[in-house]
Amino acid sequence: MARILVFSTNNISDPGIDLCGSNHMDYPLGVSVISVPCSSGIDPRWILYALEHGFDGVFVAADGTDCSYLQDCTTRTGKVIREAQELAKGAGLDPRRIKMAAICSVCSEAFQNHMKKFDQALEELRGEGNED
Amino acid sequence: MASQKIGVFVCRCGGNISDYVDVEKVVESIKGVEGVKIARVNMFSCSDSAQEEMIGLIKREGLDGIVIASCSPKLHLNTFRQMAQRAGLNPYQYTQVNIREQCSWTHTHDRDGATQKATRLVRAGIEATRHSEPLHPIEVVTRPSVLVVGAGIGGLRAAIALGEMGLTVHLLEKADRPGGLVGTRKALFPTGADGTSEIDSLLQRIHTLQNISLYTNASLVKKEGSIGDFSVSIRVEPKDGQDRADTIQLNVGAILVTTGATPYVPKEGEYGYGAKGIVTLREFLDLLDSSRDSDGIYYEGKRVRRITYIYCVGSRQKEGHTYCSRFCCSSAIFASLEVHKRSPDVLQYHLYRDIRTYGSLEALYQRALDQGSLFIRFSPDSPPKVECGHNGGGIKVLVKDLLTSKRELEISSDLVVLVTGLVPRVEQQEVQDVLKLPVGIDGFFNEIHPKLRPVETVVAGVYIGGCAQGPKNAQESVESSLGAAAKAGSILLKGKVELEPFVAEVDEGLCDGCGQCVEACPYDAITMGQRSDGTPVAVVNTRLCKGEGACVPVCPKEALEIRGYGHEKIRSMIRGLLTE
Repeated sequence: MARILVFSTNNISDPGIDLCGSNHMDYPLGVSVISVPCSSGIDPRWILYALEHGFDGVFVAADGTDCSYLQDCTTRTGKVIREAQELAKGAGLDPRRIKMAAICSVCSEAFQNHMKKFDQALEELRGEGNED
Repeated sequence: MASQKIGVFVCRCGGNISDYVDVEKVVESIKGVEGVKIARVNMFSCSDSAQEEMIGLIKREGLDGIVIASCSPKLHLNTFRQMAQRAGLNPYQYTQVNIREQCSWTHTHDRDGATQKATRLVRAGIEATRHSEPLHPIEVVTRPSVLVVGAGIGGLRAAIALGEMGLTVHLLEKADRPGGLVGTRKALFPTGADGTSEIDSLLQRIHTLQNISLYTNASLVKKEGSIGDFSVSIRVEPKDGQDRADTIQLNVGAILVTTGATPYVPKEGEYGYGAKGIVTLREFLDLLDSSRDSDGIYYEGKRVRRITYIYCVGSRQKEGHTYCSRFCCSSAIFASLEVHKRSPDVLQYHLYRDIRTYGSLEALYQRALDQGSLFIRFSPDSPPKVECGHNGGGIKVLVKDLLTSKRELEISSDLVVLVTGLVPRVEQQEVQDVLKLPVGIDGFFNEIHPKLRPVETVVAGVYIGGCAQGPKNAQESVESSLGAAAKAGSILLKGKVELEPFVAEVDEGLCDGCGQCVEACPYDAITMGQRSDGTPVAVVNTRLCKGEGACVPVCPKEALEIRGYGHEKIRSMIRGLLTE
């Protein structure tokens, strides 16, 4: 089971993730969520910290164009992800362990799919690592 | 002072949680965790009896922080914050852990796995409470006055509502007369009411209220301050005989934005637009309005006998205007009923993708069918083609009928009506720049939440109503504008407002005055100040800060954090989630 940390947002992606539960839609057990106000405010250093301390992957469930704070939230969150990937590379970690996608307040199915695919991708990465 | 004596309550939620998670095991697992003084299971944490029991325990045990592992915070965050307050705790030293929507209900097939996950989530919650500081809502005194920007039907109606509450109202209109789109219409669907008369009657009511000032040819040029006490500048264009515009300074407690929208104008050649006999819905309504007493329909002096409507022109596009304007189907069908009434011999063809005459407006659609309108459905992949200049000036419309095996039909038309929707006004940009209001992908102003907070924006004290937030018909515009007026009235009449304390704060010891946060802040809430020794330091204006945290990742020293979402708190939550 891959351990996946999801950074989600109070107003937009949290309701989408909650909706998965309300609809009893299953996703991998290793997924845990920390909620913040807006995905543009996620610190790349938190992402690195999570990877260095035992998470296999970090997924940012971004506000996307639904963000009620910022018109350029996607651009800003994208920058956070790029910086986190750079930090990961610098620390000798695979940047593919960090992913971002916009999850809207009713995007339960999208979230479920992302989690299943990310879980699988992380398992494959782990496999690659073991072969080395 | 961080919480050291924490109470943890794990909810069964009837069986919603305990059917899939061994809640007793969760409680046992966290009993020895540092700082946890008591850990209990509740049947229903939200019930009155459970709340009373928890209040008793908090007082008896001298708890200084609590964690409740139950449903989504969207349901009961405020319930439990209030409970914490009744127990004498600071409400922000309470953490709600979602082990229902994000655990028991998503992992219904693995009880052991779900139990372990719930334990990890609760551990992170304990860390969150341990690192929480007592916070207090920011209390702001409000001025009993309001600025309404835009005097269309929504703005006028909102101004009257606010005026009748006894508030001072400043109503701004960019044009030389109020009324907006409705003010130019003779017949509004679905009743046929005269829009001009409706606006006149609203203006009469405005003139009887001494506390409403109406400014025409006026625009908002500057805004300072924040909720409760905005200072705004409005520019009033020179009237006859004046050579200079006036600038008026006003102080208001709230701002309503009811700037409306404008009809889409097709590009030259789009469905033949620009050629004779091809008009937009708005132009067609103007034509009907200007010939109310006529017995037939005339276009440039010639009697019209065949009209073809093409729906969704400029709407629901793959790129650009991707949205549906909602009102245009009803408006076009209502216009076609007027044609049926005036001239029953006119043949009317409606080429549509989908008909959205929702609610009771469906009756309009049925009446149009009953009276002989023909509805032909086309696919967005093969939109109708308009060919002009046939047989001495006639127009030919070619359409593949989706419901009859995509056979191409050829419709000769005297008039083609392009059923166009609404788009954001160009002038909206000025208001957007001055108020720093976010807009959505469709270019209209964004509310915080379409269902739960439909007229509030992230700029506290600024509310949106009517078509400024998306296309609406007149009734819906008035409804949302009145909603915005009620929301503004509720804070202004109370005389004060409490704001969530989740704003940015600077650790002066860490800040090196680099200024990157000043640039990153989209709300101008951070400025560069000075310490007593003259060195630069970032300063946050908590009344302007929206707490989104855009400044946090750019600070190289981690000197900035959002209260309640501090660096150490997040890191300890991460550690909590990883503890088996």
